[in-house]
Amino acid sequence: MITFLLRRLLLSTLLLFIISLISFFIMTLTPGSPYPWGEMNPKVSPELKAVFRKKFHLDRPLPLQYCSMLDDLFRGKLCSISDDLPVLRKIFDRLPATLSLNITAMLLFLSFGTLLGVYSARHLGDWKDMLASLLAFLFIALPSFWIAYLLILLLVDHLGIPILGTESYGIDFPNLLAAWLDKIWHLMFPALILALTPLAIESRYLRASMLEELKEAYILTARARGLSESTIFYHHALKNSLRPLITNIGMLLPALMGGTVIIESIFAYPGMGQLGYQAVLERDYPMLLTLNFIVATLVLLGNFIADLLYALIDPRVRLD
Amino acid sequence: MTTLLRRAWKFFSRYPMMAFSLSTISSLIVIAALTTLLSHYGIDWPRNPNETHLNERLLSPNWNHWLGTDHLGRDVFSRMLHGTTISITVGLTAMAVSLVIGVTVGTIAGYYGGKIDQLLMRSVDALLCFPTFFLMLTTVALLGPSLRNIIVVLGFLGWTATSRLLRAEILTLREKPYFHAARVLGERRWKLIFLHLLPNTAGLILVTAILGVPEAILAEAGLSFLGFGVQPPQATWGNIIADGKTYFLDAWWLIFFPGLAILITSLSFYLLGNSFLVILEKNLAANNYRR
Amino acid sequence: MTSATSLSLSKEPLLQVVDLQLAFSTNQGVSPAVLGISFSLNKGSTLALVGESGSGKSVTALSMTRLLPSPPLLYQGGHVFFQGVDLLSLSEKKLRKYRWRRIAYVFQEASRSLNPLYSIRSQLAETLKLHRPDLPTSDREILPWLDMVGIARPQECLQSYPHQLSGGMQQRVMIAMALCAQPDLLIADEPTTALDVTIQAQILTLLQRLQKELGMTLLFITHNLAIVSSLAHHVAVMHQGRLVEYGATEKVLRNPEHPYTRALLACIPRLDRKLKRLPTIGNVGKQH
Repeated sequence: MITFLLRRLLLSTLLLFIISLISFFIMTLTPGSPYPWGEMNPKVSPELKAVFRKKFHLDRPLPLQYCSMLDDLFRGKLCSISDDLPVLRKIFDRLPATLSLNITAMLLFLSFGTLLGVYSARHLGDWKDMLASLLAFLFIALPSFWIAYLLILLLVDHLGIPILGTESYGIDFPNLLAAWLDKIWHLMFPALILALTPLAIESRYLRASMLEELKEAYILTARARGLSESTIFYHHALKNSLRPLITNIGMLLPALMGGTVIIESIFAYPGMGQLGYQAVLERDYPMLLTLNFIVATLVLLGNFIADLLYALIDPRVRLD
Repeated sequence: MTTLLRRAWKFFSRYPMMAFSLSTISSLIVIAALTTLLSHYGIDWPRNPNETHLNERLLSPNWNHWLGTDHLGRDVFSRMLHGTTISITVGLTAMAVSLVIGVTVGTIAGYYGGKIDQLLMRSVDALLCFPTFFLMLTTVALLGPSLRNIIVVLGFLGWTATSRLLRAEILTLREKPYFHAARVLGERRWKLIFLHLLPNTAGLILVTAILGVPEAILAEAGLSFLGFGVQPPQATWGNIIADGKTYFLDAWWLIFFPGLAILITSLSFYLLGNSFLVILEKNLAANNYRR
Repeated sequence: MTSATSLSLSKEPLLQVVDLQLAFSTNQGVSPAVLGISFSLNKGSTLALVGESGSGKSVTALSMTRLLPSPPLLYQGGHVFFQGVDLLSLSEKKLRKYRWRRIAYVFQEASRSLNPLYSIRSQLAETLKLHRPDLPTSDREILPWLDMVGIARPQECLQSYPHQLSGGMQQRVMIAMALCAQPDLLIADEPTTALDVTIQAQILTLLQRLQKELGMTLLFITHNLAIVSSLAHHVAVMHQGRLVEYGATEKVLRNPEHPYTRALLACIPRLDRKLKRLPTIGNVGKQH
């Protein structure tokens, strides 16, 4: 167990290193000015430029630039270009909102994705499976911003139901519970739209791995042993199909995080996605680098939890 | 000829989703080609996509403007026809780029194994940790949004899943007796790869290729929506929506129709890919049962 | 089933297969697998169904309790009478009462026949609970069966997962799992093919011993004619979906009537004859 943890830690550090390297080079090697203002802007004095270059270590050679940027990042000194506030503080301000959105979306896609996938696999080959599959492909093919706008058009504009932002404005809630329910209500819609694609992908993964498991010899044995089809399905095949599924879910997390950029801006949800979009618009390199770094850390954490689950389910996997 | 038609009919009635998706995709390609060709000869049907009529702003769908007009009085239907070309081009070329990279990396990693495999796969793992869409957005924004840059970025950032799939497939094929036999017989390396391994992954590659198209189309639409797609005045489905989002409470058609086009196009590609997958699996199953 | 009745072969057949016809539906159409075979099996006796791969012997075995999904398997005709009941016309629900309780199986690859995620104890308990609801599913009920199939440390084995056992052990567990339901008929579908030669001999001896001790009725499916003589009372040779030879083991092995059987027999290497090269079956079978 300890060797497993150590190895994972080492591997994650290595991955984070590669990740920071990739994002650093994407940012420095792309053409264009590193300044938030144009290269030729006459209003910016050479002195100001020099101060700026010093602050963000742009006067040093590339490898050193990278090192001092990382150094600043870990010491919490790295500042956003746009407003000179520490990057980490800005991100941690937004972290709770983003985490609650993403975790809600994750719970939604895990539960509904499993339901849809199981339903599909249970009725393999008949029209119910066909319908479930069609639904899954519809969810994957839906542009998230489109369905978000249609939802807002219908709910907000036609029915007058508030779903934008994190809470309803101008309402005094009688108690804390009502205020919380209101928050959850506002969380639900962006989370649901965010969850649609991963939900559908998960259901397809589950269906495919069920298909594989149902061909296995132990299923034939289970049937020969006189077990009912539902026992064979849920007790034997489903548990085995969760193994490949868990690894694939790890790959869905980054897509989920990426999707927040669009959804948060449509629903006016103040999370990291909006922060990222703002940073892209302002070419805020320190912010972009740190955001990528933090998201990657979260994804690695998610993968780590997935691996633990994996070992919990499968006796053949040992954590060492 | 009639037997061919009859066989085609029999085939498509067995795979209705394939019939639907193939007909949609082929009509989209025809639309894209015709629009490009006609505008090349200066014929704008039904209208010029960039012609502004400030007295016809934000008209809802009517006989003159089938899908309405936008805030500059441009005909949405014409703009959508021209957007078809962009979406199809981006989808196909970005897919091709990522397919080539993914297949190459996956094959090299799977065939050589060892340190090369470790290096390549760890890099892929690292890339997979990035929030994909956000990374695409960042890169396109930094490079400057243009058709070429979008294709390059979508292609260069979209190959990771393909490489993993292909590596896994190559690893399984490498353990098959036929491959050992070929190796023992002293086949050359390029023959091993190009004659014994890759042809056996053809089905997988085909399906990945088809499924890669809608992924690129959706990503391009998302980038356009955020203002980092192909730049106006060139019409694309994504930037019709991006232009229209300010007015969407008054002009639903600016959002609805382009989005529907994106939905139907990507759905068709997904269904086509899935149909091929089903046929592939059926053949495999049939071969297994014949024992 | 007591050992008193075991050796005397009763008159009424336990299993009677009449003109069984099976086929697979494929993309290219219907491909026949079994073309009308008939045989019967008396209580307490052993029948060996011999044939090369693709001859239809495994499909025949699996179709006894309709284990293969239909489609792709098509039951095109014939009957499988078990104690006078036609299993092919039973409803799925009624058929389940026959599976394992009456007709149990031992399959080729024990490593894949056991669910990798559950311990031996839980899989044995699951079986016992389903087929012997009158008995408690305690270790005390399970252990004797493991003992009977010659597992040295049954308590230890109970706690293990399938991947922790060797191939021979896994097959013994499978046999114990079959025995614990106390079935009337045991169908062994190439139970030794995936095992090492020495382990093969052990498993064969075990089956032989159990058959004698418990008076089990055994349908033994194999492609290996050499192991038939010591094990089976009757032999049925299958070739390309047909029975080409059927009779008492002694008779078939001494005086094979069909050229295919003769070719099969000629392929068995023997210590008392010098041969430069083992004969192959060649085209003998393609006559029909």
